[in-house]
Amino acid sequence: MSTFYFIAFLSIFFSILVISAKNPVHSILYLILTFFTFTIHYILMNAQFLAIVNFIVYMGAILVLFLYTLMLINLNKESEPRKSNLVKFAGVIGGGCFLVTIVASLKALGVSHPVVLQDPNLGLVKNLGKILFNEYLLPFEVSSILLLSAMVGAVLLATKDPKIA
Amino acid sequence: MESLSNKRKEVESKPLNFWERIYLPSIFQGLGITMKHFFRKPVTVSFPEERREFSENFRGMHSLKRDEDGRERCTACGLCALSCPAEAITMIAAERQKGEENLYREEKYAAVYEINMLRCIFCGLCEEACPKEAIYLDGDYVPSEFLRKDFIYGKDKLVEAPLNQ
Amino acid sequence: MGLADIGIKFVLIVIIFAISLVVAMYSTYAERKIAAFFQDRIGPNRAGPFGILQPLADGAKMFLKEEIIPTNASGFLFIAGPSIAILTACIGSAVIPWGQKLTIGTHVVDLQVTDINVGILYIFGVVSLGVYGVMIGGWASNNKYSLLGAIRAASQNISYEISMGLSIIALLMMTGTLSLREIAEQQHGFWSHGWFTWNVFKQPLGFLIFIVCAFAETNRTPFDLPECETELVGGYHTEYSSMKLGFYLFAEYINMFVSGAVMATLYFGGYNFPFMHHLGLSENWVTILGMLALFAKIFFFIFFFMWVRWTVPRFRYDQLMDLGWKTLIPLAIANIIITGLVITFLNR
Repeated sequence: MSTFYFIAFLSIFFSILVISAKNPVHSILYLILTFFTFTIHYILMNAQFLAIVNFIVYMGAILVLFLYTLMLINLNKESEPRKSNLVKFAGVIGGGCFLVTIVASLKALGVSHPVVLQDPNLGLVKNLGKILFNEYLLPFEVSSILLLSAMVGAVLLATKDPKIA
Repeated sequence: MESLSNKRKEVESKPLNFWERIYLPSIFQGLGITMKHFFRKPVTVSFPEERREFSENFRGMHSLKRDEDGRERCTACGLCALSCPAEAITMIAAERQKGEENLYREEKYAAVYEINMLRCIFCGLCEEACPKEAIYLDGDYVPSEFLRKDFIYGKDKLVEAPLNQ
Repeated sequence: MGLADIGIKFVLIVIIFAISLVVAMYSTYAERKIAAFFQDRIGPNRAGPFGILQPLADGAKMFLKEEIIPTNASGFLFIAGPSIAILTACIGSAVIPWGQKLTIGTHVVDLQVTDINVGILYIFGVVSLGVYGVMIGGWASNNKYSLLGAIRAASQNISYEISMGLSIIALLMMTGTLSLREIAEQQHGFWSHGWFTWNVFKQPLGFLIFIVCAFAETNRTPFDLPECETELVGGYHTEYSSMKLGFYLFAEYINMFVSGAVMATLYFGGYNFPFMHHLGLSENWVTILGMLALFAKIFFFIFFFMWVRWTVPRFRYDQLMDLGWKTLIPLAIANIIITGLVITFLNR
């Protein structure tokens, strides 16, 4: 349990660093570390497949793309626009509302029971696959169609319209 | 037009067929060619231990010649310096004194004769220009040095060794 | 798990680290020597007999060179780049099965650091992390060439990871497991049931895609665009000197070693060799011979990497992207579909 608290502390610590870092590239690097601690969380819960997928997809692919785009647009302190007081004020109010909502919803839920897994081996590849392709086949396929449509949309947006060009 | 050498080939730019388009056959062909070279005898020699024979007309370091009596042939006429395209040769002439007849063949001789080996391009024009057959590029390679000034060769390095020694 | 087991694991880890470092060290020597042979030259032959001490001399040189950190470089990340590169290169070898079980006295030693049941995915994850070393180093150098090299590395690795993953999926459909140990066990021997057991004979197209992607992931010629000298000076390691540069170069050779090991395990039977149980040898001897067989395969792959380097010229950037997205990914998807059809019809 102490491992959990240590890792949880680390993930919160790094996620605070993500939003407080001045340099966007540093912020992304902290985000990588945050995702790494998430991977450790998954391993602690014996969800090896999820852990490794989180590792590959988030740390290995998505954040590389984040870093890639950041390097391309080359944000630095000089080109960062000064935020006006109004924007800051709006941000504080928005964040406060969000906090209140979350606290209220947590209160409404009442005391949470500690999560007990019926089957501790649920996270292993074989069991996960069986569940995904038997019980949850329809949501699984629907989400794959969603991804496909997103991809087709991206391709459509990226290709030029021959009439205009 | 009729080609003179009969080596001309008409360039065809036909669209590549399937096997050419997947490139793999040509890659394997290339791998075969490099493999052939892998087992071929090296064409290089390990230089300081082994040396290649010089060709008959190899032009190396200069030497200032002596005649059959061991007298320096150079008369400091300056034609070599004039002909030198790299302007590598300089000299200071002096008059032969009484009693020096056994040292210098002509009445005028080069008191200082310097060739900058960093400028010299070993073209052999000085050899061509010399009316007294005093300079020949019949030596070895110019050895390497650590300082630039050591590449300016004076008479101590250029003049042939005296006959009877 | 007793104390003795932990000790054995520890020794195993140290040995594997040492082996991969020594192999990487001598890969630099082999690269120069093999390049020389391909070009009808002799290659390094001064340090020791046949130049065998050349890597040591190179290492000493690397350590003794002046350490330069550019003024405008971002200090911590500049050092973190090469460290991450070599770290991710080294941890890849953790799940490779180096051999069967070795019995020493009463102890049975499993010649694999850890057999996690998502072994292939672990390797895949480590490979995808490898690009961070290059990206962070290239960005932290604060140099245009380095940045271009880093960006090229990122887009190249991401593009080729996809087809690499797809080619592995076709393999996984046949093996039905993600554990490298089990995949190696399935390729036992060389011939059974009227067909080769090694996966390369069952997945030739998949292997072809995989090896092309392996070239791209290790940044080897013809895919060495992140560091191409002719366009980008030194690519992402333009600003690096001393041992930090050494780490980058070293990481490339360790990557080559690990990817050779992965290819040997996934497609070329790992530690299996023909007639391994018809020779009448004891288990331990079979294990040792199997290890030697695995290393022979790995060395062949390292040689192949170098052979290709001195044969095929570098791709242009758009050709690289075309090959990755327009050729390899459709091929890999077709391979998955064909594999699926074959499995369905054979099982019926």
